[in-house]
Amino acid sequence: MGDNAIMREQKLFKVVGTRPVRPDGTPKVTGLAQFGADFALPGMLWGDILRSPHAHARIRSINTAKARALPGVKAVITSADFPEQKFEYVGPERVAVNYWHMTRNVMAREKVLYEGHAVAAVAAVSKAVAAEALRLIEVDYEVLPHVIDVDEAMRPDAPLLFENMITRGIEPAPTKPSNISKRIELKLGDIEAGFAAADEIVELNFKTAPVHQGYIEPHACLARFETGGQGEIWASSQGHFVVRAYTAKLLNMNIGDVLVHPAEIGGGFGGKTVIYVEPVAAALSRKTGHPVKIMMSREDVFKATGPTSGASMTVKIGVKKDGRIVAADGLFKYQAGAFPGSPVMNGVMCGFAPYNIPNVRSVGYDVVCNRPKSAAYRAPGSPISAFAVESVMDAVAARIGMDPLKFRLMNAAKVGTPTTWGPKHAYDSYAYTVQALLDHPAYSAKLGKNQGRGVASGFWFNNGGESSATVHINEDGTVVIATGSMDIGGSRASMAIMAAETLGIDYTSVRSIVADTGSIGYTHVTGGSRVTYATGTAVVEACKKVIGELCARAAMIWDVDKGDVIWEDGCAMPAGKISGKFEPLSLKAIAAKRAVTGGPIGAEASVNAGGFAPGFASELCEVEVDPETGAVKILRFIVAQDVGRAIHPSYVEGQMQGGAVQGIGWALNEEYIYGPDGKLQNAGFLDYRIPVASDLPMIEALMVEVPNPNHPFGAKGVGEVNIVPAMAAVANAINHAIGRRLTELPMSPPKILDALNSPRRG
Amino acid sequence: MAKHHVTTTVNGNGVEFLCETQQTLLEVLRDELHLTGTKEGCGTGDCGACSITIDGRLVCSCLMLGVEAQGKSIQTIEGMATGEKLHPLQRKFLEHAALQCGVCTPGFLMAAQSLLERNPDPTEEEVRFWLAGNLCRCTGYNKIIDAVLDAAREIRGN
Repeated sequence: MGDNAIMREQKLFKVVGTRPVRPDGTPKVTGLAQFGADFALPGMLWGDILRSPHAHARIRSINTAKARALPGVKAVITSADFPEQKFEYVGPERVAVNYWHMTRNVMAREKVLYEGHAVAAVAAVSKAVAAEALRLIEVDYEVLPHVIDVDEAMRPDAPLLFENMITRGIEPAPTKPSNISKRIELKLGDIEAGFAAADEIVELNFKTAPVHQGYIEPHACLARFETGGQGEIWASSQGHFVVRAYTAKLLNMNIGDVLVHPAEIGGGFGGKTVIYVEPVAAALSRKTGHPVKIMMSREDVFKATGPTSGASMTVKIGVKKDGRIVAADGLFKYQAGAFPGSPVMNGVMCGFAPYNIPNVRSVGYDVVCNRPKSAAYRAPGSPISAFAVESVMDAVAARIGMDPLKFRLMNAAKVGTPTTWGPKHAYDSYAYTVQALLDHPAYSAKLGKNQGRGVASGFWFNNGGESSATVHINEDGTVVIATGSMDIGGSRASMAIMAAETLGIDYTSVRSIVADTGSIGYTHVTGGSRVTYATGTAVVEACKKVIGELCARAAMIWDVDKGDVIWEDGCAMPAGKISGKFEPLSLKAIAAKRAVTGGPIGAEASVNAGGFAPGFASELCEVEVDPETGAVKILRFIVAQDVGRAIHPSYVEGQMQGGAVQGIGWALNEEYIYGPDGKLQNAGFLDYRIPVASDLPMIEALMVEVPNPNHPFGAKGVGEVNIVPAMAAVANAINHAIGRRLTELPMSPPKILDALNSPRRG
Repeated sequence: MAKHHVTTTVNGNGVEFLCETQQTLLEVLRDELHLTGTKEGCGTGDCGACSITIDGRLVCSCLMLGVEAQGKSIQTIEGMATGEKLHPLQRKFLEHAALQCGVCTPGFLMAAQSLLERNPDPTEEEVRFWLAGNLCRCTGYNKIIDAVLDAAREIRGN
């Protein structure tokens, strides 16, 4: 088990909980691993994309004649090269897809909706020729008024991105179009009565800035498509099956005619669950008959790929003097960017989810504005609403003079606590994460001048879903397992661990790979903290099938009934009436006889895993505020997270530390800065400042292990919930240090100085 | 346009290449010499993923032109291991799980090697400041710092 694990249940495993070197490690430290931009093919052309210089404009015409005439240019495409898509929302509401929007985001049609929006693309013999060709494309724009801010976009007189967009979720439907794509309301109990019964009420307004996932690898792909109708893509993504489905749809192809090879992925955090360059490279390849490679620049990544939403929010919480919460009300307005689909529904659902509140209402708005379309970012939506809710929780605790952790503990959701969206909570684990901080010596450590301590909590659904895995027993007794899950942070290692544990063999005997879309069953994205749970379940199921086959082969060798053979410690053992009559047969011994006992030994398992358990985290932050510069130094940061059971503790800790640090960046530095012209002013890592090593202390990861009984080893998703509490934990620490509550992110030095120059608040 | 003929040394081997005037050294390494271990994260010298050394000096290869490599000695991540033997930094990165996605790893390794050549016994703070020019979005840096300090200990022999 992990050194920092707080275990709720002891269980002995041989491999689960150890920290072996990952199977894909060596190529990643020697530079040999191939990421999205690292592939090349004979005859390859370079693709490049022309992007809008305007935040909002109608495209009157595009003249590509001069570009096409440039020597070395092999093709120029525009939206006319992509078929029109039907306007409909497909899939569950929380993650619905609309291909009418998707094709317009990949290549603008009637209008450009944000600076950086793709309008045309070229394929040429070199990068330099492709860049020159882009300069020769003439686009005639009718520039339109734009809107960037969410509150401004909701005004009745705001410029409209879609002239016919009627807000969904309001009865009766509005008669006038607006930028509000959707309204959501979830509630429990009677909030008027709840607030009427409250002894104290705190209500605050909040704003958060959109922030980018900030993966270090820009989007890149290589496509080789035939005019005959088939094609292959090498791309880094969080799900090559999703790349296949979306690309086929946007090119009007059969899914089976597209083969996607999973490149190593250089970070995603949700931002690589969607497509940008893949269908463009494919269309260019189809048109030229050559392989085409496209790499985004960092500027393109900032301007044209999904940040998560910025938001404007109001949260109100009412309590009894003894600390019981009696009512809560939240209004969450999220920027969707240029097309509908912010994660506001998640924000509405998750914000109050850690608590048992009898009367609660959450209202959310999904609002389009002239920014890049938002994409998923680590527990999408939840960190935003949590910043507001957990800040108000801190203020309420202070108002009634109660310790903020004990206040949370008193109101913690437990088994049976209702949620606003229907099902009751099925786990008690939230309280354990709070208790872990209460028990930590840091919670009562002495603080110095200008220093403060803050705590906050968070909830995330996690996910299960569709995954496939195969296991093959090699003739020398080693094992290959393949899955359809992109390895974004060590999942090959956790799959190998789970296979080794199930089969009863050494970790080093198992080779774990990620297979292409033609070689393994459908597997949904590496996202939603689902891989260790769902794909892990598929791996274990496949191993169990193979164990059944290994036992059958042993029975054949011994000439006994296979019902009398069991599997123990990597060996077939005689049991029941033949117990002790034969020496155990190892996996290796059975593998050696595979040809004479029926041929190759292997199995595949595909699952649609339910029974996943949500994630809870509580975090403690200590800061020191420099009163002269307004700079905030993080002195200490502790993440207490329910991880179910850590399969490979090092990579679990890594998720917790990485998530916390992304949250710290969101809290203190990161934001999209727009000028009055609607153009992004900080589209690079110099001015969009993500945390660097010298900004940070060591992040302490406290793994609270409350096993999920629905997983073979108790695993829960661990990737996301760690980011949820972080911004409020930092804000609450700053409030403690300087006696001023900051309600706008990021809490950058100018905002801290402004706060220091304003009167203290309670 | 006429290409430039450049003579250089890469990872100890004499290498000649042709490049266009505007091609960065990063593009030359990746697109002309097919050494794709050096990564492009930003192209503006802000992320450190393309870190290499030129005559022993740590640089961002995206900020140099290919023609500037004339007569210089270049070290890239592909030259860090000796045959089958990983450099202690490479081994410690694996043992400490200091990489999640791994795309920033070559740059961190080159920068860390450069640090340990100059300062074999750095403090945690010195490691953090030396590596401040290398961005990692996955790990929160904890395990990278642990790995570098542990490798330094091993190289010093204690």
